[in-house]
Amino acid sequence: MRRSLLFLPGNNPGMLGNGDTLDADGIILDLEDAVAPNEKDAARILVRNALQTLHYKACEIIVRINGLDTSYWQDDLEAIIPAGPDIIMPTKVSGADYIHELAAKITAVEKSCGMEIGKTKVLPLLETAVGVENAYPIAIADKRIIGLFLGAEDLTADLRCKRTKEGQEIFYARTRLVMAARAAGVDAYDTPFTDANDLEGLRKDAILARSLGFSGKTAINPRHIDCINEVFSPSQADIEYAKEVFAAIEEGKKLGKGAVALRGKMIDKPIVARAQQVLDAAKAIYGGDIL
Amino acid sequence: MNLIKKAIAGTLESSDIMVTVEPASTLKIDLKSSVEKQFSTSIKNTVLAVAKKMNITGANIILVDHGALDCTIRARLETAFLRATKEGQA
Repeated sequence: MRRSLLFLPGNNPGMLGNGDTLDADGIILDLEDAVAPNEKDAARILVRNALQTLHYKACEIIVRINGLDTSYWQDDLEAIIPAGPDIIMPTKVSGADYIHELAAKITAVEKSCGMEIGKTKVLPLLETAVGVENAYPIAIADKRIIGLFLGAEDLTADLRCKRTKEGQEIFYARTRLVMAARAAGVDAYDTPFTDANDLEGLRKDAILARSLGFSGKTAINPRHIDCINEVFSPSQADIEYAKEVFAAIEEGKKLGKGAVALRGKMIDKPIVARAQQVLDAAKAIYGGDIL
Repeated sequence: MNLIKKAIAGTLESSDIMVTVEPASTLKIDLKSSVEKQFSTSIKNTVLAVAKKMNITGANIILVDHGALDCTIRARLETAFLRATKEGQA
């Protein structure tokens, strides 16, 4: 369950220390944009030490590494992978070849330190026009990939258009990304909402993303986490309806009915699939008690 | 490992520690910390452990601590030592 993924700057010890107290389902320790070029070495060592020492129990750990077009990414992986992050996030991923090169290096590092091969998962950040167009080949490029993440700030710069709160300019990219991710059987994560103080705008943006099929949303401010978690959690009404679906199916079986209706609507396979997704999500968030 | 120049790592922000190291014939530690009374021995032991692990026997080490965790102290010290042993890096 990854409803909310929060970016934290990799060279800020105060924020790293509080990483799993912010209610995000995952934290993204950032070695890329949040770190100045002359501090890359310091951030890499700090994040490695934090992962080795601080036991983040309440959330998944993702580390955003520097791009494959820099001189930093191999050092990033060699330092970070042995410390056992759950997921590596490569940036500006352009195509399957990018993932193949990255995965080969991750495998080499896992081998060299005696780790289980394939333990480290990958969440590619797609933030260029070519990356979005290659979303499906990227999503199926390696078994380590658990989802696709859309980065709209760099993308809109690449598209030479203005980034707006309404997000009309990224509608195609959002739907393309979700389609590719779902076709590949992985998750899709939406771009952060960058106005820290506009919580109403955040809610609208998150609701839109969820309605398009995203699994969760990233954030660059801890204040956004509660809202994102709420929007990407099933409501009590959703849960009750999902339970009713399965109760109606059971009742239909007892009565020997081939087709069952609920609230005047035929229960077909997509309705059952959605109901199961709701109950799975509810179980992951609230535990078994709610069911 | 020998230090060849002065180097700095870390910041003066809360939860961080600023470490300055420079070449010397023996290890000398100068610590200023907001939690000096409670943790000076522990911090100095950490510094000595990192220096030993990195095989550094001579350095003047100046630490200005604002409540850094042990893993942060180790990270900043390692960074400063590595920077001080490399040509062409601050």
